[in-house]
Amino acid sequence: MPEVKDLKTNDEIAWCPGCGNFGILSAMKKTIARLDRNPKDIVFVSGIGQAAKLPHYIKCNCFNGLHGRALPVAAAVKMANHTLTVLVSTGDGDCYGEGGNHFIHNIRRNIDITVVVHINQVYGLTKGQASPTTDLGYETKLQPEGVILEPLHSLEMAIAVGAGFVARGYALDLEHLSWLILEGIRYKGFAVIDVLQPCVTFNKKNTFDWYSKRVYKINDDSSYNPQDKIAAFQKASEWGDRIPIGIVYKTEKETYEERSGINKRPPLAEEQIENIDIREVLKEFM
Amino acid sequence: MNNELTLKITGEAGQGILTIGSVLCKIFKNAGFYLFANNDYMSRIRGGNNFLQLRISDRPLYTLRRDIDITVALDSKSVNMHKEDVSRDGVIILDKKNFNISEESGMFLDIPMYGMAKEIGNELFVNSIACGFLIEMIGIEFRHVDEILRAAFSDKKEDIIKKNIDAAQAGYDFAKDNFKRDTFKIKKGNAKDTLLITANDAIVLGAIAAGCKFYSAYPMSPSTGIMDLMAHYAKKFHIVVEQAEDEIAAINMAIGASYAGVRSMTGTSGGGFSLMVEGLSLAGMTETPIVIYDGQRPGPATGFPTRTEQGDLAFLLSAGHGEFARVIFSPGTIEEAFYLTIKAFNIAEKFQIPVFIMSDQHLADSYRNIKMFDLNKVKVQRYIISKEDSGGIKDYKRYQFTESGISPRAIPSWINDPIYADSDEHTEEGHITEDAGIRTMMVEKRFSRKMAGLSKEIEKPKAFDVKGADCILIGFGSTYGVLKEAKESIKSRNIGFIHLPQVWPFPATEIIELLQGAKKIIVVENNAGAQLTRLLRQETGIKADKSLLKFDGRPFNLDFLIQHIEQEK
Repeated sequence: MPEVKDLKTNDEIAWCPGCGNFGILSAMKKTIARLDRNPKDIVFVSGIGQAAKLPHYIKCNCFNGLHGRALPVAAAVKMANHTLTVLVSTGDGDCYGEGGNHFIHNIRRNIDITVVVHINQVYGLTKGQASPTTDLGYETKLQPEGVILEPLHSLEMAIAVGAGFVARGYALDLEHLSWLILEGIRYKGFAVIDVLQPCVTFNKKNTFDWYSKRVYKINDDSSYNPQDKIAAFQKASEWGDRIPIGIVYKTEKETYEERSGINKRPPLAEEQIENIDIREVLKEFM
Repeated sequence: MNNELTLKITGEAGQGILTIGSVLCKIFKNAGFYLFANNDYMSRIRGGNNFLQLRISDRPLYTLRRDIDITVALDSKSVNMHKEDVSRDGVIILDKKNFNISEESGMFLDIPMYGMAKEIGNELFVNSIACGFLIEMIGIEFRHVDEILRAAFSDKKEDIIKKNIDAAQAGYDFAKDNFKRDTFKIKKGNAKDTLLITANDAIVLGAIAAGCKFYSAYPMSPSTGIMDLMAHYAKKFHIVVEQAEDEIAAINMAIGASYAGVRSMTGTSGGGFSLMVEGLSLAGMTETPIVIYDGQRPGPATGFPTRTEQGDLAFLLSAGHGEFARVIFSPGTIEEAFYLTIKAFNIAEKFQIPVFIMSDQHLADSYRNIKMFDLNKVKVQRYIISKEDSGGIKDYKRYQFTESGISPRAIPSWINDPIYADSDEHTEEGHITEDAGIRTMMVEKRFSRKMAGLSKEIEKPKAFDVKGADCILIGFGSTYGVLKEAKESIKSRNIGFIHLPQVWPFPATEIIELLQGAKKIIVVENNAGAQLTRLLRQETGIKADKSLLKFDGRPFNLDFLIQHIEQEK
């Protein structure tokens, strides 16, 4: 199994110096090294945005598709070969803006993939416009009077739609984040992990300092039960002076693979297709 | 008489036109007739006016006629709506008392079918009564009715089956006692052992035989039949059929499955394809093979949801931002739809490109009975690095430059190296690049080199009697049948005919050769923009003398076409 250093690619990293994404990249590599899987059996799917570049910097399979469309590709990769570990690296614009519909319906599918959403509360690649998670009143070049749309409460939404694993991490706490992603991958079903990730260039409000003062780990408190949906909902809605990180909600659910039965068969990709006999079904048309 | 009959069953949506239509088709086939049948239905579940038009003969049929010999009207509205289409000696079967019609007419054949149905127990039996009546008029033995009705209602209770057969018998006896003309008794053929099938069915069977294991789509007429039948066979052939949340997801899912090594397909109609366009471009850029079915219907926007048009040709040719290779097949018959679907999967995988199967509502949903497919012609050719060969691969580059533009395609987890696929412009390894030199070579790879290879694998035009013809008809897709029969029917002049089963890459060399010295060229298209006429000129420099266009949402029929061609002296 690989060590962290084996996972490095020669691709030049295109993020700004000091970007929160470096933390996520390190945590991700750490997780993969701990995963006990050969990287050839891991497929990383991404869309477009700064988060979507991440798979290029890790030595495992990657499909870097279209803006907002990582989830349908990832779901289908898993359907085509359920023995693969499928991860998605996406951002708040990619996943909750452009690809919102896919997010909702893949929660319903409950296919066993792990979705890591980089939340920097701003658009990086298009230079500083509001994202679906930008705080109300935040001023940008495009929203000079301040943002007037309410931020999307993504974790509450995920719980409400029926996701079975809902978590939040922080890009500066590598060990905790790596643990969260590992738990997400080990969870059987659709796992969503929002990662607070300061944008050093465009977000002057939600900075490292801002987040570091606020985040606290919920799973250190043994009285918090992530299986309690009502408690989870309350925890997910907490945003202000204190911002919870950790596994917010976790419950066992039947997966797409189990419901469809594809998990009981060899991967579709390995089906022999050279001599498929359709004579019997042609009789239905006689 | 030409030894053929055209029939029409018409009534409201919800009166069971589809069921009686399907029963009649099976009876005719069982009795040995060849048939061509098409449902004309409105985009609603109840009410309105729907009809099934059915042509039968002792020889294979490829299209519909305009004039109807026997019309069965199941409601009063149908009588007025379809009176004008009755042929010279034609009749309308109706129930004057039930429909409150007092008017006398030589074309009316009054049967108290609703009264008879109520006596048997339910008005719904009127379908079976009409069915029995028709069968006797045409001279088919009752045993065929008995056999087919039993099979058609096999999931119903014995009592229901028996009452339907009694109803058919009552209709049959009524015709025997009251209708003694032989006008409609025609000679049977030997079509008993044929397949009764639509092009949509044939495309599903072709896809299954070609190894399609993944179909993702969002329901949209007239492509939904493909997804339904695929789902019907999903378990048997281990196919994942996924109803996507929208067409954007549908095409991205097909691409994801293909990346993972599975032959995959999506299907839709023009409106849904509009949503897929970005995904098409993704398939082009990432060089991921997919097969896309477009069952055309009239647009723009929602258009005529249940009707037909060939208006998407120019759209499919240019859809997707950027330049990349694609293939568009345009089958004209059910047989062609089957074989070209198999070819579509092979070509998509060989060239790692998106391949279209372009159909339309008329071809998709029309029934014909055809000879059994020649399964020896089904060849599945693989163009991936097999699992066995994957072990030895080192320093793999997904987009390695080659003479053909085609890079060896490995499957994730089969090889030890990672596979990077990217929608950004990318290096041979699949990583993002902004390098001008690599860009130029990548465009040549995805576009020019692949197009050069594809031009050697074109499905050739089908040409009939073009040398020395006074007039050459050209068409693509569903017009094949009507053009073929029109060509054969017109005896006053030498008519030639060319059908294009593939419109892109355009078979320019073959067409230039075929049209050399042509006296008159008429392009026949089910659209308003003369899209094939323009494509012909763009690709060959040849200007057609006329475009015969129809864009009322209805297919061409034989009589309409003959009349128009004969006007063109």
